[in-house]
This record gives sequence, C-alpha cells and structure tokens, in this order.
Amino acid sequence: MFPILEIAHSPLTPVWFILIAVLWIGFFFLEGFDFGVAMLLPFLGKDETDKRVMVNTIGPTWDANEVWLITAGGAMFAAFPGWYASLFSGLYLPLLLVLLGLIIRGVSFEYRSKHPSSKWRNTFDWMATIGSFLPTLVLGVGFANFVRGIALGPKATLNGDFPVVTTSFWGLFTPFALIGGLLFVILFCAHGAGFIALKTTGHMHDRAGRTATRLGWLAALLMAAWAVMFNTMYAPANGTQHLLTWILAVLAVLLVAVAALLSSRERDGFAFILNGAAIAVMMAAMFVKMWVNIGFRPVGVPFDMWIASSSPYTLKIMTIAACVMVPIVLIYQAWSYWVFRQRISRDSIPSDAVHA
Amino acid sequence: MNAELIARWQFGITTIYHFLFVPITISLSMLVAVLQTIWLKTKNDRYLKLTKFYGNLFLINFALGVVTGIVQEFQFGMNWSEYSRFVGDIFGAPLALEALIAFFMESTFVGLWIFGWGRLPEKIHLATIYLTAIATMLSAVFILAANSFMQNPVGATYNPQTHRAELTDFGAVLTNPVFKATVMHQIPACFLVGGALIASIAFWQLSKVANGRRTTAITDAAEVEEARTWRWATKFGAWVLIISGALTALSGDTMGKAMVDAQPMKMASAEAAYETTSDFSILTIGKLDGSAPIFTIKVPGMLGFLSNGKWGSTIEGINELKDVDLKNYAYENKYGKQTPLQSSYQEVLRDHIAKDGIELTPIIPVTYWAFRIMITLGIIAILAGVVMLVWLAKDRNPKRMRWLSAVLILIPLSPLFANSFGWLFTEMGRQPWIVAGVLPTTEGVSPGVSAASVLTSVIVYTLIYGILAIVEVGLFFKAVRKGLPDVAPTAHDHDEDEDAPLSFAY
Repeated sequence: MFPILEIAHSPLTPVWFILIAVLWIGFFFLEGFDFGVAMLLPFLGKDETDKRVMVNTIGPTWDANEVWLITAGGAMFAAFPGWYASLFSGLYLPLLLVLLGLIIRGVSFEYRSKHPSSKWRNTFDWMATIGSFLPTLVLGVGFANFVRGIALGPKATLNGDFPVVTTSFWGLFTPFALIGGLLFVILFCAHGAGFIALKTTGHMHDRAGRTATRLGWLAALLMAAWAVMFNTMYAPANGTQHLLTWILAVLAVLLVAVAALLSSRERDGFAFILNGAAIAVMMAAMFVKMWVNIGFRPVGVPFDMWIASSSPYTLKIMTIAACVMVPIVLIYQAWSYWVFRQRISRDSIPSDAVHA
Repeated sequence: MNAELIARWQFGITTIYHFLFVPITISLSMLVAVLQTIWLKTKNDRYLKLTKFYGNLFLINFALGVVTGIVQEFQFGMNWSEYSRFVGDIFGAPLALEALIAFFMESTFVGLWIFGWGRLPEKIHLATIYLTAIATMLSAVFILAANSFMQNPVGATYNPQTHRAELTDFGAVLTNPVFKATVMHQIPACFLVGGALIASIAFWQLSKVANGRRTTAITDAAEVEEARTWRWATKFGAWVLIISGALTALSGDTMGKAMVDAQPMKMASAEAAYETTSDFSILTIGKLDGSAPIFTIKVPGMLGFLSNGKWGSTIEGINELKDVDLKNYAYENKYGKQTPLQSSYQEVLRDHIAKDGIELTPIIPVTYWAFRIMITLGIIAILAGVVMLVWLAKDRNPKRMRWLSAVLILIPLSPLFANSFGWLFTEMGRQPWIVAGVLPTTEGVSPGVSAASVLTSVIVYTLIYGILAIVEVGLFFKAVRKGLPDVAPTAHDHDEDEDAPLSFAY
C-alpha cells in the first residue's frame, strides 16, 4: 500500500485532464471520418476509380489526424504516468488489436497505389477497412468501460503496491460496452460518409450523402440507447456531474439526428460539422464521468488522477510547451485542409495508374 | 520463459526493426530536400528526376517507419508499466513533446509534399519537404534525450512520498553530456545510410546505362544525359557518405568518453577488459560467462586515448567494477560520483539487491562484438564511398556485372546494420539497468501482464513485421529498377478547375 499521500494538488493536473480529453476529442473528430471512409471502402466503392476517389479524400491528411492519438498517448505518459502505466498494461490485448489495426491500415494507404494489379489493391483496401474497423470497435468498447470503471487491485513491486487492472479481457464485453463499440463503428461510418459527400462530386457524392443519412439515423438510435444506459446504469455519483452527463448525452443524440436530417437535404458542410460535434459532445460526456477517477474503480489500492499525475514542475514545462505548440499545430493543420479543399470527382483521378 | 525476458526480446525486435527505417527517413528526407533545392536553382530536369526518384524511395520507407513507430510509444506502457510509472515524470515529457512538435509537423508536411506537386507554389512546396526533414530530426533529438536519461539519469531525484523519480531540472536533462554526444553521433550515422543508399543505387543504374563505356563514348543523347545524372548522384551520395562517416567517427570518440564517464562498466564490457587496462582490444575471445579472457590481440595504450583522451591511461576492468560490496552497493561513475537520482534511490535499490541479488555485468560477448561490428560496418561503408569515387574518376563508368550488383545491395546495408549494432551495444551494455544505477530492468516490467500476453504480442508483431518487410523490400526494388521518372510538365499547374486530375493520387 502507498501511505496516505500528502501531495499538494497541482492546479495543472485538472488542466492536463482537460487537455487529454481535448486530444482524444480531436482524434475522434478527425480520425473518426478517416476510419469511416476506410470502413466504407468495400460498400461505397463500386469500382477501382470510386475507391481511389474515396481514399484520396483523406489521402493528404489522415496521417496527421492519427498523430492526435499518438499525442494523446504521449500526453498521458508525460502528464499522468500512473494512468498511462495502469491503462496500457491493463488493457494489453485490446491495445494490441488497436496497434495491429493501425499498422496494416497505415501501410495500406501508402502502398495501394504502388502496384497496378487489382488483387494487390483489393488486398490493401481490405487491410484499410479491417485496420480501421478494429481500432474503432476496440476504442468504443474501451471508452464504455472507462465510463463503467475498470477494476483495479494492488500488486507488489519494488516501489510498493502498484494498481493493476483486475477486470479480465472477456469481462470488458458488457452489454453497455458492446453498444459503445457498435455506436463508434456506426457513428464513424456516418461521419466518414458525410466527409465523402462533402469532398466529392457526382455519383459518389450522391451515394455517400444517402449513406450518411441512413447511418446517421441508425447512429442516433444507438446514441439514444447509449445515453440512457450511461445515465441509468453508470451515472456519476455526484449530482452536478450527473446533470452534465444527461445534458451532454441528450445533446449528442440531438446533434446526430440533426446531422442525419441535414445530410438528407444535402447540406453537406453543416451535416458534417454537426456529426463531428456529436462525437465531441459524446466524448465530453464520458470524460465528465472520468473526472478524478480517470476510468477506474480501485479496490484496496488508492488511485485517482491526483495520484497518477506528474509533478507540478513537469506539468509546468508541459503546459508551456503546449501553450506555444498547440496553436501552431492547429494553424498548419488547418492550412493543409485549406490547400486540399477542392472536391474530388472520378475525373480528378489521374489515368496513369501506377506511381511506383 | 518469463515475461521480462520475452518483453526484452520484444523491445529488441520491434526497436531494431523500427530503426531500420529511421536512419533512411532522417537522411533521405533532407537529401531529397537538397536535390529539390538544386532543381529549383538550376531548373535542370535532371535534379527534378532525382528528387522524384529518391523521394519515392523515401516515401516507401517512411510508411513503415510511421506504423512501426506507434508500437514503440505504446510498448513502454504495455510491457514496462512499472518503469513508465517510475520515470514517467521525466521520460514522458520528451515523448509527448516528440508527438506534439515533431510528429504533427512531419505528418502534415509530408502529406503536403506528396500531394502538393503542382498545387502549391514551388518555394512553399520546397519548404514542406524541409519541414518534414527537420521534423524527423527533431523526433530523433527528443528520443535521444529520453534514452540518454536511461544511460545517465540527470536532472531528477527520488521522491519517497510518491515512490518514483521526479524531474528537478529540465535543463540538466537537455544538457546531459551523454545526450549531446549521442545526437552528434546519431545524426551523421543516419546520413551515412542515406549517402550510401543514394550512391550505390546511382552506381548500379550507371552500370546499367553506361555498361563500362566512358560517358564520351556513348552516342545516344538520352543515354548520355542519364549516365551524367547517375554519375552526379553517385558522387553526391559518396561525398555525403564520406563526410558523414568522418563526423560519425569523430563524434563516436566523444561519445565513447561520455560513456566511460557515466557508465564505466559499458566501456569495460565493450572492450572485454576484465582487468584494469589501457590496451585497445582488436580481438578478445573470452569465457562465455564473462569472467576472464582466453585469447587477446591488443593495441597497447590506445584504449586510454579513446576513453580518457590520454594515451596509456587506464580504465577500470570488469572484475574491479563487478567485485564490490553488494550490501553497501552504490552505482558510481568514473569519478566515483552519483547523480542525485542514483544517490537518493540507493536505499531502495539496496533492499532489492539484498532480496534478489544483482548481476552487475552485461552479456560480454554481445557488447564486445556488437561494438566491433558497428565500427567495422561503418568503416566498410566509408571505404565503399571512396571506391565509388575513384572508380568514376577520369570519366570511367562501371560495367554491368552480377557480383557488382550483389555488392551494391550490401553497401547501404552496411551502415544501416552499423546503426542496429550500435543500438544493440548501447542498450545491452546498459544492462542490468533499465535506468543506469537506479532501476534494475527486472523491476521495470508490468506487474500485471502475463508471459502469455507478451508472447502473443511478440508473435503477432514478428509475423506482421516479417510480411511487411517482404512487401517493402519488393516495392523498394521495383522502384529502384524502374529508374528515373518522366517529368514532362503537366498542363494543370495551379489550376482551379475542379475536374483537373490530381497531380498525385493514391
């Protein structure tokens, strides 16, 4: 057991909790549509040109979107070493699945165009699809478990008792977690379809718009089920927090529904933004629940965000770096979206098939 | 097998694999930027062709570097959670800064570079590849800062309240002598690989085009231009190789001295110096248990020069360093001093040693041979650069020969594997410590993770990395064989027409 700690609570600890929430929100907003586009490849792409149109809507920017995840991971390591350590070692096999997905997906975008054979390309397209589906599903299941609280127990190390995850792998798959996983998949597919509709013209645009509408309504239903389960089965004990999670969850449902309505009326831009906002609000609701407990239910070992937090000195350095760098990153990332703002059509795809 | 051993194998496999792509990415991005600059200055299509040719090789390699890098960041938490918790207050910051500063920059600007041909103004497009190249170097700098802390843990102290190491002086972490020396050694070592790659591919292409004819003896005008292009590229690569080779050797000397200061055991084990000595070993065959030499060839006095800057001065041998009173164990640097973290953690460490004991020596044959193979491969690479330059003198061109092609494949591999062996040496030489003189590697593992889980992930990574290696090497050779691309100007530069084809598409 750690002795009862008299650690001065740094005011920067909550700041970093919020920053990490922001990084995850940024990741799901941006990579959400990348995941969606890749998951829809076999369903929306009728032929090779269609598929190339789809892949090229995210071509120049997917890699930078993924860095939001790397930064979220790095920020957890730097600002909450205890969180990073217990979480990453505790959810070992789920994380392995996420990594596996990210590896095959990242390679497939770069390598699909390097060979003209359709077998080659189909293989990489399926790798992109599976490699996007796996992280989406696992992270959906994972975040539902953070809402529920993952059980922690003590395990002895040289440096005292260390909080390790005691929930088993199969214990993660509760009904709420399955709803969470399914919600992520459908919601991101809708987000991806909305992005394709926004970024293309012609048949692809029309087809993507219809898909975004249908998946959007389905996502709204799932979000409603998620919202009710969240707030009845796993509600925060604190009254204010509970009120907040209700408001945010209901808002998320409304946003998805309105996004679906707007995409049926071909208001692509608004629909896309609202769907992204729904993702952000949904994530915010979960982080409200994770406030202080950071997604765990410790038994027999003290653990919360204050214990997991880095020292005030480290947090100060990190805060300065974040204040300088985050605006710069946002500016150049936004600029890259501006550079590639043009819609893509089947005619935009160069005829010379190979670029190896 | 226990989880610790499998986790160590996993770290070795995934890190060495990842680091096959790192030196190529760091050096080729910058060298491609230089080629593109020369094209913009001269407007000679030759350099545009070279930019696109080597740029394509850079991208094939970059993709695998990115995806294998993700594993690296997650692995600390997954397999080494007690290490992560214990030093996260110091070690986490460079990793977070790497993502925030280097990865965002690299991934955004490489996307802009790939898809920006013909869409961005030329100078801005050139800036995107420079920013990519700078970002890859920044990434190396952050990781080396983190790694150097493990070799020489400065700027931190043990907090008995939180049971972990905590940062006290970020400036000390960034001015760690091991860190400065390692950066100066690693960056040129990357360019050693890039230079060798550019030169040997160009040399091979030249042997295909010229096939032994002097450039003046070639009649076809297109062939003359192609031969000239590859001759230029060979010389460019060879000079990069030779200059970076000299810098690597010089900084290696500095790094050796920093290492002797902070980690005397590492240098002793690199030399298989069992007793205090000043002799540099050319060849030592020792007992496998690392207790004594059987046979040695030495250069008297040279080790003193390499370690302390003074010919004939001595370094402490393995046996002196090992035979200490473990009851009162204290890790000491060359001057008998400790860093604040080492001294403040000493009491806890003694408890561990009293309970589990400790083997203070690394695996001597591994450190000894890895150190020597690193140096040998580096020298071979530099010599290959000299040979290629001499071969091309007086307008001579190589002939198409099977043995030459085989050797040319080995030339870039030589400095690449020198990098691998260098890391193998520096990490194995740090053992038994995960943080030198503070946390033993055995204590850094995840307490809650089973050996079966770690084994599963090793198998998964090894399989997928193996398949990806085959794909990557296949694509790489295909791109190399294809030769210079056609760079006929497109009609759509800066076109706002929505239906104009993209200048590049996946």
